[in-house]
Amino acid sequence: MTDSVQPIAITPAQARIGSVRLNERHVAGALILALCAVLVLIIALPLWALLSKSLEDVNGRFVGLANFIAYATTPTLISSLGNSLFVAGVTTAIVIPVAFLYAYALRRSCIPGKGLFYAAAMVPVFAPSLLSGLALIYVFGNQGLLKSWMMGASLYGPIGIIAAEALYSFPHAVLILVTALALSDGRLREAAEAMGTTRWRMFRTITLPGARYGLISATFVVFTLVITDFGIPKVIGGQFSVLATDAYRQVVGQQNFPMGAVVGIILLVPAVLAFFVDRLVKRRQSAMLSARAVPYAPKPEPGRDIALLGFVILTTLAIVAPYAIAVWGSFVTYWPYNLALTLNNYDFAAFDPAGWDAYRNSLLLASLTAVIGTTLIFTGAYLIEKLKLFPRMRAFAQFLAMLPMAVPGLVLGLGYVFFFNATWNPLGFLYGTLAILVINTIAHFYTVGHITALTSLKQIDGEFEAVSASLKVPFWSTFRRVTAPICLPAILDIGVYVFVNALTTVSAVIFLYGAETKLASIAIVHMDEAGAIASAAGMATVIMLTAIAVKLAHVGLDRLVFGRLQQWRQR
Amino acid sequence: MKSWLATALIGAFALAIPGHANAQKTKVTVYTALENDLLPSFKASIEKAVPEADVSWVRDSTGVITARFLAEKDAPKADMVIGLAASSLLMFDKAGLLETYEPKGAATLKPAFRPSKAPYTWTGTAAYLGVVCFNTAEAKGVPVPVSWNDLHNPALKGKIVMPHPASSGTGYLMVAGWLQGMGEEAGWKFMDGLHENIGAYLHSGSAPCVQAARGERTVGLALDMRGASEKTKGAPIEVIIPKEGVGWEVEASAVVKGSKVAPIARKIADWAASKEASELYTKGYAIVAYPGIEASPKNYPADAEAKMVKNDLAWMAENRERVLAEWSKRYDSKAAPKN
Repeated sequence: MTDSVQPIAITPAQARIGSVRLNERHVAGALILALCAVLVLIIALPLWALLSKSLEDVNGRFVGLANFIAYATTPTLISSLGNSLFVAGVTTAIVIPVAFLYAYALRRSCIPGKGLFYAAAMVPVFAPSLLSGLALIYVFGNQGLLKSWMMGASLYGPIGIIAAEALYSFPHAVLILVTALALSDGRLREAAEAMGTTRWRMFRTITLPGARYGLISATFVVFTLVITDFGIPKVIGGQFSVLATDAYRQVVGQQNFPMGAVVGIILLVPAVLAFFVDRLVKRRQSAMLSARAVPYAPKPEPGRDIALLGFVILTTLAIVAPYAIAVWGSFVTYWPYNLALTLNNYDFAAFDPAGWDAYRNSLLLASLTAVIGTTLIFTGAYLIEKLKLFPRMRAFAQFLAMLPMAVPGLVLGLGYVFFFNATWNPLGFLYGTLAILVINTIAHFYTVGHITALTSLKQIDGEFEAVSASLKVPFWSTFRRVTAPICLPAILDIGVYVFVNALTTVSAVIFLYGAETKLASIAIVHMDEAGAIASAAGMATVIMLTAIAVKLAHVGLDRLVFGRLQQWRQR
Repeated sequence: MKSWLATALIGAFALAIPGHANAQKTKVTVYTALENDLLPSFKASIEKAVPEADVSWVRDSTGVITARFLAEKDAPKADMVIGLAASSLLMFDKAGLLETYEPKGAATLKPAFRPSKAPYTWTGTAAYLGVVCFNTAEAKGVPVPVSWNDLHNPALKGKIVMPHPASSGTGYLMVAGWLQGMGEEAGWKFMDGLHENIGAYLHSGSAPCVQAARGERTVGLALDMRGASEKTKGAPIEVIIPKEGVGWEVEASAVVKGSKVAPIARKIADWAASKEASELYTKGYAIVAYPGIEASPKNYPADAEAKMVKNDLAWMAENRERVLAEWSKRYDSKAAPKN
């Protein structure tokens, strides 16, 4: 955490002319080393603490690959693996094109109410994942309002999983793609227009290549999100078993940590793949926003704008309507037999001893995570992307930063128990406190924030750093005066993203919360388990409204403050 | 921005220092899987019996709390465990995590609620059963089942849900109940037939009954008290214990080995074996450990105690892996999607 303060604390005056280069090298080395150390501590070691168990038997004796062989010879493996790939593949194929068009409409057209539509796309992130499951059951379940739309098919199975996962992963894809489409060099388009290039050709040769990095990132993010999520398959998957529910079954059903670790390792494969693809793409990606760039500003085109507006409204409705119904469900006395409305479901203390305290804990956790996490994530991304020193160490940090995405929360949470509760660990005092929840949540949501920061940073030409260096301005001044201000919208995006996810996360923290630090998201799971479904929906509604309020404040801030600060983007 | 960060950091570390709620009272961390609504009255009763204790609950579902306790075994955070399945406590015992302590008066409890052989590490307080929740509003002419074999009715095809025995202790106790009650061969044969009607094996012990109560399914095999409480809330369900009898489990308590507040934890363990505790348990359980206490929770099926199959907890623990492997071979591999 200190590494995030340092670039601000050291003033340019300290960097004396003559020794600037040497100094910069040292500072850069120290900062990158600190980043690596932090990432190892909060990501690598806890993961290792659990995954190393895959080579042990239940009693802790070393058994080599026996667990892997046992798992591979179980007939369920092939079907779970196939099911996981199928569900994740179909969801990705649905989400990415829709999210791309949505992001395109928000960034490259002149439709009204962009801020509102952006916020609407984020609604699934605002709501605890259980709510989307409940919402879909209210709408399409066997007693659902629109059951006839299912044409006899059952919601419980791949259909339900894909629908709920698509809802759940959509905002993550939009977040990355909106950033990817945010910056574009207007000169290219002007030149193309002057030459009479067709719109399709411009889309193919300018827009798509410019967003390529974001598209690939978004594809991997959606794919890994879906493949590692166990909450949705657990609630709505019925009989359809996937890798993540296998892991859940091993760990929570049978307390078989070694087998859980085996499944955890299989789930890591997409992340490792993502890392190498990312390296490959990076080699080809050139900066979009060169120092001489002129930002592109879309001009109104009625035909395109009306078509896009129609598409955006339809998508927004499909996203928001189920949640609206779930909110209504939180006021219902007993679904579906007694639909009288009541406020009783919001008297949380009657259903859960923590009552409203859980909500306060969640707010505190989310605020701390947002402030500390965003600082760490953005500074880390800057060090990895913009400094050209110590390439090996930066690649290592990049690998660690991409890792949490692929780790099911369940695996990360247990890893934290094994690592931070080990008798030899001097950090053991953190265990059972709010601090460990903060650290764990930062680690859990590191990757998407990191990708957002990278996508934003990649679009800034490296020439800024080159010019700074030739002017003998150290990189921390460039960071403070140029990079951070340009990326401020992305920084805020990350902050809001981390805040909101900290409000809704369940899978990792369920092993870590203490008697005094019970969170609202966990209270929701408990109330649902106890059959107090309406109260669970009620608490989820409170969380969702809080997150939406924060998002709206963010949009407002974006308009008022950055509208002014970011005017350089316009001509 | 710097001072803003500093404040946040100081805040984070201040929160990392454990608070001392009350100087006179000693905090006792208790891991439990008891239902949420029972916790306040249990805390009050314990603190009345053991005034120096300040009970601090960490509550979660049986699977989660068991996994967490085992994961923490290098440096246990719990001082004691109350209201957790005896099968979980047998696992803890096997891992050497429980203190040998026989609470005062434990010898007077019904034999099923005590370990059958030494060392004495856990004490049962109440029993819970696997029952049938039957939604009469969605039955569409299917008669209310009275025997397990009634669930083979072809009209119920795809309309029955039960907990997956590898995900949920309730699922396993039902499977173990059938195998022990009907005999292995007949038990598996019954499950073969049941499998034809199963819509899905769910990952929670109470979800099947909640789904039946909401008409998502017609029949849910689940935890007894969930059925009773859903019915009390207005669900159109019958809670049935089939005449052949059902599998069951014991909720038990134990002192954790190495607890820094072991003397107080032992006093709480004494409380758990007392008549008062058993009486308190009747709020949520029909069958309690202390002899002679009649419990009849609202909407709970009658004469449940008589219908408990002869259940051997040690058998359940020893045969778990074998039974789950056989179960998985029979039903998981053909658990292909049905839609």
